[in-house]
Formats: sequence, C-alpha cells, structure tokens
Amino acid sequence: MIDPIFLAEAALNGILLGGVLALLALGLNLIFGVLDVVWIVYVDLVMLCMYAVYFLVASYGWPVWLAGLAAIGLGGLLGVAVHVLIISPILTSAPINQLLATGGLLFFIQSFATFLWTTDHRTVRLTLPIIEVGGMFLSFARLIAFVISILAMIGLYLFLTRTFMGTAIRAVAQDRDAMRLMGANPQRVYIVTSAVGGAMAGLAAALLIIQYSVHPYFGAAFGPLTFMICVLGGLGNMVGAFVASFIMSEIISVGGVVLSTEMGYVIAFVIFIVMMFVKPGGILARRD
Amino acid sequence: MTRVIGGALLGLIAVVPFLPMGGMRQYVLHVLVQIFIWAFIGGAWSLMGRFGLVSLGHGAFLGLGAYTSTLLWNFFGFTPWVGAIVAVAGAALMALVLGYPCFRFQVVGHYFALVTLAVGEVVRLLIIAERDWTGGSLGVTLRPAATDASLAAIQFADKRVFYYGAVGVWLAGLYIWHRIDRSMTRAALEAIGEDETAAASVGIHVTRFKLGITVLSAALTALGGVLYAQYFTYVNPETLAGIGVSLRIVFAVVLGGMYSLPGATVGTALTIALSEYLRVVFGLKLIGMAETIYGLVLVLCIIFLPLGIYGSIRDALRRRAAAVRPAPA
Repeated sequence: MIDPIFLAEAALNGILLGGVLALLALGLNLIFGVLDVVWIVYVDLVMLCMYAVYFLVASYGWPVWLAGLAAIGLGGLLGVAVHVLIISPILTSAPINQLLATGGLLFFIQSFATFLWTTDHRTVRLTLPIIEVGGMFLSFARLIAFVISILAMIGLYLFLTRTFMGTAIRAVAQDRDAMRLMGANPQRVYIVTSAVGGAMAGLAAALLIIQYSVHPYFGAAFGPLTFMICVLGGLGNMVGAFVASFIMSEIISVGGVVLSTEMGYVIAFVIFIVMMFVKPGGILARRD
Repeated sequence: MTRVIGGALLGLIAVVPFLPMGGMRQYVLHVLVQIFIWAFIGGAWSLMGRFGLVSLGHGAFLGLGAYTSTLLWNFFGFTPWVGAIVAVAGAALMALVLGYPCFRFQVVGHYFALVTLAVGEVVRLLIIAERDWTGGSLGVTLRPAATDASLAAIQFADKRVFYYGAVGVWLAGLYIWHRIDRSMTRAALEAIGEDETAAASVGIHVTRFKLGITVLSAALTALGGVLYAQYFTYVNPETLAGIGVSLRIVFAVVLGGMYSLPGATVGTALTIALSEYLRVVFGLKLIGMAETIYGLVLVLCIIFLPLGIYGSIRDALRRRAAAVRPAPA
C-alpha cells in the first residue's frame, strides 16, 4: 500500500507540472489552435531559448530576470523567422506540409544543438527555497512558474478577446481569404501572432530553466505532450488547454508514483487517443 | 528506357557481393543491407502516406514486429519464421483496432498524425516499462543460434545471405507498391484524400479502403522490424519505436518523394549514405552534423520540391521530353 502522504505529494507535484505544461501549451495553442498552423518544432524553440538563458546567466553573468527578458525577445524573433522563412511559402499547400517542413526544422535544431552544445544537461543553479507544507515538499521555482503561467494565460485571453489585433487573429483563423476581402492584411496578422507565440516560448523557457535542465532532446521530451494538451483542451481554447494540462499532469504524476513513470505517460497518451475519438472538439466542447 | 536502366540497376544489385572490393566488402554490404531494410519500411509507410494518411507512429509497428519475433525466440524458442507471422498478424490487428475508430470518427490530417504519434510513444514506453522481458531502454540481444548459419533461427554469419534476403524483401515491397499504384484502390484512396465526403457520395467505402491500406502498411512495417532484428540481432526501444524513428522513416520518404515507386529507396539511400559519409570522414567530431544537414535539406525540399528529389527529377525529365516531342493533339 502506498503511503497517502506520497500520493498527496504526487498530486501536488502534478499540479505544479500542470503549470509547466500549461505554460508550454499557451504559445502553441495560439499558433496551432488559433492560427491553425502546425509548428511541430515549438518546444524546440523553447529549448533554444532555454540555452540562451543558460549561456547569458552562466557565461555572461546576467541576472536571471534580465536573461529571461532576452529570451522572450529571442523567442519573438525566432517565431517571426519560422513564419517568414518556412510557413509563409507553404501556407496555401496541404496542412500536412507545414507539419513536415517544421518537422525538418525540428531535426535541424535538435541535431545542430547536439553538435554545438553536446548532449550534456545544463541547469541554471538558483538557490530558491523549498517550501514544506505538512510533510510535503514543494519547489518554489515551480510555484513561480505556476503563478506566472496563470497570469500569462489571463493576459493572452484578454489580448485575444479585448483588443483589435486579437480579434483580427481570430478572424484570420476563421477564414484567411475573407480577411483579405475585408481589406485587411493577413500577412501582418500572421507575423504578429508568430511573434507573440514565439515570445510565449521565450517566457516558458525562462521559467523552465530554473527547474529543468536543458539538453538538445528537451523538445522531444515535452513536444508531443504539449501538442496533445492543445488538442485535448480544444484547439484555440485557452481555458480548455489549461484544464487539460492539469488532467495530463495529474495522471502522469500520480500514475508515476502508483505504477511507474512510463506507465503514467502510457495512461495519459491512451486517454488522449481515446478522447480524440470520443470528444474530438476538446474536453470543454459543447455537444452539437 | 526506364526498363533498361531498371534492369541494369537490378543486375548491379545482384552482383555487388561478388565485386572485388578488398577489405571494404563487409562494410559496403552492411550499409547496403541497412538501405534495403529501411527502404522497404519507408515504402510501407508511403503506401498510406501518399494518400494523405500521414502516420507519425510507424515506429509502433516496427517495434512491435522486432520485439515480437525476438522475444518469442529468446523466451520460447519459436523460430523467427513463426515469430514473423505472429508479428505481422499482431501489427495488422493493432492497425485494425486503432484505425477503425480513427476512420470511423474521421480523425484526419494533423489530428491523425497526432494520434499515431501518441501510439508510437505508447509502444516505446510499454517496451521500456516491461523491463523484465524487454530489457527496458538497454534493449535486448537476440539469443545466438547454435551454428554459424541457421535457417531455422534466421541467423547467418555471412552478410551475403542477409543482403540477398533484404533485396528480396525490398523487391517484394516495390511490387506491392506498384500493384497498389496500378489498382482501383489507388483511385479510390486518392479521391478520399481529396475530399472524403465527395468520395463517399460516389459510393466509395471510405472506412474500408483506409483501413485496408493502413493494415497493409502496418503489416509490412512489422515485417521490416523482424528483418531488422534478425540482421542486427539487437533491438532497442529508441531505434525501433517512438517518435525519433517514426520521423526518420517519414523524412527519408518525403526526401526521396512519396508519390513515385523508387522515391522511398532514393530518400533512404541518400540519408544513410550521407550519415555514413560524415561518420567515416569526420568520425566522432561532427556528431549530429548528418542530421543537421538532412533536416535542412528536408525543409528546402518540402518548400521547393514537394514531389521529393526523385519525383522532381522525373517530372523535369518528362517535361523536357514533352517539349521536344510535340504533344498529340
């Protein structure tokens, strides 16, 4: 029998892992969900930004918050670059080509990172306190990530629903051609969205580097899960993705303690597969 | 013309093991066997990939195939001939169980890709989780046969046996690809790929056709897995299941061109030759460089040569021929 305190700690860690996943899913949901462009390379962009923070802090002695801001800027630039160089030439061809082209980019980034920085795991050492609550241990770093990801989600939601640009983004997602007929320029909307999505990758990187070590296969570890969360939550549905992050993270975390780490993931993936058949519109989708 | 070139190539393939290559023979044969095995697997993938059924989880079938025959041999002493049948049947069953709901509920495009990706990961994680049987991440070695050359165990010290075996399987794969290419199935699946609803409205049984091609593709991939396991006598979850290998299969095919018969072979040969070349020339200094280059080539290919390298060259040649010869009115 498993000690209930272990289970409670697993559940609590699940919530915090959920914060991380939600953070990763935010930007991807904007690009994959709202704009309907497949960036299979998304978490690898996060990985690049994590390396940026790592080198700025470890080699140049920048304070973490400043390096984090730089990562957000870098993420934005990377986002624009991905769109202009790769997505925009094939925007009108089959969506599967976007997946394959960004998949090629994924290979490129992953192996180039291996080439440049080897497969060593690197971490930014921060002496953050560990909080003890009733015999359970919580990392402060994860708590910060959790709070910031909630704030970022609210910000993104307001941006999409309350600003002119946000409305334009949703309009492009609905109908690319009608947008042009209305006299608006979809290209500009795409670039802005890619920049925001990229900046979200930078933000995620800044918060992840203080709790995870970065290595060239970071994207492979979190990428599939992040995509599944976006789909599970319902594409473009920020709240849905948030809920889905916690469902997945709880399954992984508690399943990991009760069975084994691998089985936790297996159960999470199987639930994703089944949910795709049962509720393809996402967990919060209304039945129509 | 094509027949002459094809015949000459086949002749060359047949005599390669007897060409004077000095000490290089073992190495050349080793690289070629790998190319034929992976080209066969790539061809199996492109059977469905060319119709817009992009699977990112073919590693699942590959892993299932390789581990089924290996474990049956290691633990129960079943000959891999039986193991291969069980593996192929298992993969077909798995494709059926997964494919049916996918096609019934119209999971298409990148949703299909994501579901298959999840399946590939599930198989990889299950292999790792079942450590006691599968050796976990460390992989498992095929129990050696009693003799140097055993037909019952499909283990041969002489690489030439595997060479001809791989060529045979590869040719069979090409034949199946060709038959599908010339059949009504192809027309039906192309119609489905364009517009499912329209295809259904003219009486094409959408689910049945998609399911059929998926089962065939999965079965052949599992067979490729068995072949791989027998040749390398070592299997490991990272090289045979999961996202990494699934993407490698897809990329090699896309690179060569998934709409043409030799596309998968050309793509596989190029990627393997490139990584071998870089490994031989630069040794361990440039780890990751081969993938870096082919990642880049791949992106360029998809943007500029959507038909792949072989497909684009063929089309360019045809256009030239058409320009020289005035088209019939």
